[in-house]
Amino acid sequence: MTQTTPEDSPAIPEATHAPQRRWGQLAVWALFAALMILVGIKLHQVTLGPVSSGGAPDFTLITFNGESYTLSDYQGQVVVINFWASWCGPCELEAADLEQTWRDYKERSVLFLGVDYVDTETEARTYLQKWDVTYPNGPDLRTAISQVYRIKGVPETYIVGKDGSVAETIIGPTEYARLAAILDRLLSE
Amino acid sequence: MESTVKHCTDSSSVIRPLTIIGLVLLITLSVFGETAAQSDEPTDDEVNAIAKQLYCPVCENVPLDVCGTQACAQWRATIHEKLATGWNEEQIKQYFSDQYGVRVLAQPPTQGFNAIFWAVPPVVFLVGGFFVLRFIHNIRHKQQSATGQPVAEKTNVDDYAARLEHELEQWR
Repeated sequence: MTQTTPEDSPAIPEATHAPQRRWGQLAVWALFAALMILVGIKLHQVTLGPVSSGGAPDFTLITFNGESYTLSDYQGQVVVINFWASWCGPCELEAADLEQTWRDYKERSVLFLGVDYVDTETEARTYLQKWDVTYPNGPDLRTAISQVYRIKGVPETYIVGKDGSVAETIIGPTEYARLAAILDRLLSE
Repeated sequence: MESTVKHCTDSSSVIRPLTIIGLVLLITLSVFGETAAQSDEPTDDEVNAIAKQLYCPVCENVPLDVCGTQACAQWRATIHEKLATGWNEEQIKQYFSDQYGVRVLAQPPTQGFNAIFWAVPPVVFLVGGFFVLRFIHNIRHKQQSATGQPVAEKTNVDDYAARLEHELEQWR
């Protein structure tokens, strides 16, 4: 009997500290869970891939000439959003076709917007002059537009229908015939 | 005639040192002028000192100073261009941050949401350290209680044996 008394006595302060310890553990687990949720959201976004359906994310593009284009202002028109860069070799494969399509469709309620991804302005302007690009083009400031469209690289082209939803997503260089077919279909809807 | 020749000779003898001095001055000025122009030109080391603090989003996890893509070469040229026009390191980093987002900076800013990147590692370290210390403390506590128990029993047995021996001695 005398042996059990000293062993039992330390249990009394432990019992008084138990609720505090429980709260501490709870706080640590909550912090850990919050961190895991953040990581999970980020991983989920990465695995989602480029935007291919649903409402097209809205954005405002400030062109190299200082003009402002907000996507939502062009609802009712077909909008072709092309992501490109001057350092991108494959972008040059489609540059002439994009410009030609723009020239052929600009009078038919079609807007082309060129979004210059992670580029330097001097080289971007040289590129636009080289390919005689006349449709509105501007830098993707803070990569905000490319992030909401979750692009994986350049070139990528997103075609937004009259209802404001993403109708087509083209990964890699495109060509006149393909673009014209898509635009004809969307314009006839 | 003789005097004319002499005069001509005299004038040429005056002109010649002046010409030489002029040429020397011209060469000196051109050399120093070139040196002065070269000193305004940023060196590759100066460009790379800033470039290594930046990351191009195209080539993730590769610092700009060692990145070999055309995009990175263009960015380095921009740094060179900005340095040549008198921009300092902070201004250039701010320009890249404004243009391409804070994710291009090797060290994210300590304000706003980015503060989490600075706060999380020390918090995780402290919490981890606390758990490790607690784990070690618990193990030690268990070891002490595990080793303490037999010792206590042994002491009791020894006491009992001693008492038995003592009583036996008295009985004898």
